[in-house]
Amino acid sequence: MTVPSTSNRTTANEQPVDGGRIRPVRHPGQWIGVAGILVSAALFVQFLVTNEKLRLDLVAGYLFERSVMRGLVLTLELTVVAMILGIVLGTVLAIMRLSGNRVLSFVASGYIWFFRGTPILVQLLFWFFLGSILPVINLGIPFGPTFVEIPTNVLISQFTAAILGLGLNEAAYMAEIIRAGIKSVDPGQSEAAEAVGMSRMLAYRRIILPQASRVVLPPIANNTISMLKLSSLVIVVGLPELLTAVQLIYSRNFQQIPLLIVASIWYLLLTTILTIIQVRIERRLDRSVTGPRPVIRAAERQGTPS
Amino acid sequence: MTEPLVRAVNVRKSFGDLEVLRGINLEIDRGEVVCVLGPSGSGKSTFLRCINHLDRIDKGEIWVDGHLIGYRRAHGHTYELRPHEIAAQRRGIGMVFQKFNLFPHRTALENITEAPIFVKRQSKAAAEARAHELLERVNLGDRADFYPAQLSGGQQQRVAIARALALDPTLMLFDEPTSALDPELVGEVLDTMKDLASDGMTMIVVTHEVGFAREVADRVVFMDGGVVVEQGPPRQVLDDPQHPRTRGFLAKVI
Repeated sequence: MTVPSTSNRTTANEQPVDGGRIRPVRHPGQWIGVAGILVSAALFVQFLVTNEKLRLDLVAGYLFERSVMRGLVLTLELTVVAMILGIVLGTVLAIMRLSGNRVLSFVASGYIWFFRGTPILVQLLFWFFLGSILPVINLGIPFGPTFVEIPTNVLISQFTAAILGLGLNEAAYMAEIIRAGIKSVDPGQSEAAEAVGMSRMLAYRRIILPQASRVVLPPIANNTISMLKLSSLVIVVGLPELLTAVQLIYSRNFQQIPLLIVASIWYLLLTTILTIIQVRIERRLDRSVTGPRPVIRAAERQGTPS
Repeated sequence: MTEPLVRAVNVRKSFGDLEVLRGINLEIDRGEVVCVLGPSGSGKSTFLRCINHLDRIDKGEIWVDGHLIGYRRAHGHTYELRPHEIAAQRRGIGMVFQKFNLFPHRTALENITEAPIFVKRQSKAAAEARAHELLERVNLGDRADFYPAQLSGGQQQRVAIARALALDPTLMLFDEPTSALDPELVGEVLDTMKDLASDGMTMIVVTHEVGFAREVADRVVFMDGGVVVEQGPPRQVLDDPQHPRTRGFLAKVI
């Protein structure tokens, strides 16, 4: 079928030659750009493959090396535990900051001010050296009798110090993320929850936090990915996680680049997995907004006795 | 004559320096449908929100079904109720909001079962069976699995009515239930409310729908400046208003 062209005066009566196929605008600039990128990529591949000093052969050898594996596991443990601590404590801090109680709100603000305002390196070392200023930790009634006495250095191991340093610091940032998430939920939601007789806590748990989670998920994923790499700071309390593990190896064999590639491969893999998890959760949370409409089963419903 | 279901005595409420309610006295009998009319800022929505303690009153008292709302009297003192006691009082009072306020992350069915399951501790099966009944009652039997975003405004408001009914309230409060709706969707919500009224539900409806008030209300209350200016049967208040402010308002809206 031919469509008469009417858009252009000069060719108003001209019949299209190829059935009226629309020819898109050309973008020669984009083609030049693509060509440039392809050439650069080829140069990079050539550099990787032909450079003998790079020693890519070492990468595969060290990828599953025992100390690298131990570092990887430690990185994962630190990230998971610190993030859980950060999210739980951050949620509590966010709710405290938004509460009507001025003392609670002030304490939460003070916490966030202090833990965001001091270097994380200082915080890590502080927990590690806590024993030097507080040799014994007492459990008991304040100003009253003591039930248990534990030497601080027994209670706070290297791992505990690392978790306290990373987790308590993360909680301060997380509190602000979660506070923003809670504030993004329409106040009508808590009113509706109250109107059906929900307590404040139940309203948070069932109505407000689930809606806030849609908003806070991307920044929480951001911080988790950040934590993967931030956790390398725990070398200051003597814990060799992934990055430190490869640094220890190249300090002996001087193959810095291959070993840094080893660490990067693992970091990239973990980040990829986290991103996939993030996308999955996000899709699940978005279901109520963007999901497909359910099929109406009117006949079926009317058939069921009520 | 039995005791009225709702009794408001000299209710006063201020937001900062602004006194919104300046001594409201009102009694509502069981099964009565009362429409509250009045210009914006007259305090009618605030009064409604005070009845289930979403806004707290500064002076006076509100009684619903023999309970003093929000407070407790003992030894001549008035004590504020604990949050769980207030929550228990609210379960007897259904509320429908102007902007529906459905829970967007829950389906129509889950919106209705949320409070029965988590507040009243009903079994999931019992709550769902009742929710299906309520959805049938508001003519949405086939929309149980829809999320609010997948429903029209009128459908959402009807789900909100079903959600309020799920706790078997003795009193239903409607805060401008049709003001946020497209004109062609107003009718379906008003029809649902009419059905509810004819079933004998006690209802307080803050509205601008004079036609609805005329047809369904047992009594029309006209508020202005934080007080009840005039009240009576719809025919009397709407067709033969005595107070100049009522006349002025009706002249503008009809």
